[in-house]
Amino acid sequence: MNLDPRPSVIDERLKNVRRIIAVTGWKGGIGKSVTACALALLLAKKGYKTGLFDLDFAGASDHLILGAKGLFPKEEKGLEPPLLEGIKFMSVVFFSENKAVPLRGANVSDAIIELLAITQWGDLDFLVLDMPPGINDAALDVMRFARKAEVLAVTTPSLIARDVLARSLELYRGLKVPVLGVVENMSEGGKAKGAAAVIRRDSGLEKALGRPAALLKTAFSADLGRALKPLGLS
Amino acid sequence: MHEWALAESVIKAAVEHAGNEKFKKLNETGVVFGELQAIDKEIFTFALEELRKQFPGAAACKFKITKQPAAFRCKACSHEFPLKGLKKTKDEAEFIHFVPEMAHTFLKCPKCGSPDFEIAAGRGVSISYIKGDK
Repeated sequence: MNLDPRPSVIDERLKNVRRIIAVTGWKGGIGKSVTACALALLLAKKGYKTGLFDLDFAGASDHLILGAKGLFPKEEKGLEPPLLEGIKFMSVVFFSENKAVPLRGANVSDAIIELLAITQWGDLDFLVLDMPPGINDAALDVMRFARKAEVLAVTTPSLIARDVLARSLELYRGLKVPVLGVVENMSEGGKAKGAAAVIRRDSGLEKALGRPAALLKTAFSADLGRALKPLGLS
Repeated sequence: MHEWALAESVIKAAVEHAGNEKFKKLNETGVVFGELQAIDKEIFTFALEELRKQFPGAAACKFKITKQPAAFRCKACSHEFPLKGLKKTKDEAEFIHFVPEMAHTFLKCPKCGSPDFEIAAGRGVSISYIKGDK
């Protein structure tokens, strides 16, 4: 017998998390991480107990978007995520010293299972998962272990992103993973077909990165904030 | 006390396995500590004793802990190597303790310098056997 004991305890770690929102999108560079971070900030500002878990090990960037510095989880019957702007935040960067994390798929899976097994999220209204691009080990593990996860899909007006999005939605439907809706990022404005929310291209966004208060004041966050209700997040 | 979370997973997995196998009594569980994760045996054993109170199914279960040496196989040059002799700082060792996959960030194949190696043995905590009365 070679039994991995860690999966047995993951449900226990997530039992007091009311909703898990997986921010996904199968193309890179479409704004998943900024959407996940802004979503966590908006939910925390509304008074919800919120967590944010950056699952994009190769391209972890939530710490940059939120300006996290000098943080480390507290060791207490596992790891308690540090608080950042009222958000319980967990990322692989705490353990990588901001160096590259060159992991093969099976290693990614092992690291995700480890972090899910040892992270003590406690009582949360929302846990936002910032997913890596594509359908890979991280996405499959979330569907395997965080069974109550709901997908918030990010896309752009590009034909390429939209076509890949359509494939992803078909898969989620087949797997009976609930999809909250589609957010069209980098939009030129107006209504987007099939999207529950539209986020306009915001030239001021880059300058707000690393400063959560400034990020909340961007047109990006205003558009996302308006989308919370139609997406069933408020 | 990060060991506590892993000890909980061991005791929970053993009790669940005993349930699946319809054991009347759970007697003994073999726990393997992989060398790479460097789990503190004393803290882990203390956690198991505390957790036993929450898991009546494991009240009489002995936990036999053994250690497994880490073994690596380089995917780039096929070189096989042990943990001993690989350089890491105290902080790096601590990060690997929390998430053993950080070995790929901080350790390299001693022959070719690649971080693309397989952890063939001795990664973390696993269960090698579970014995009980049916």
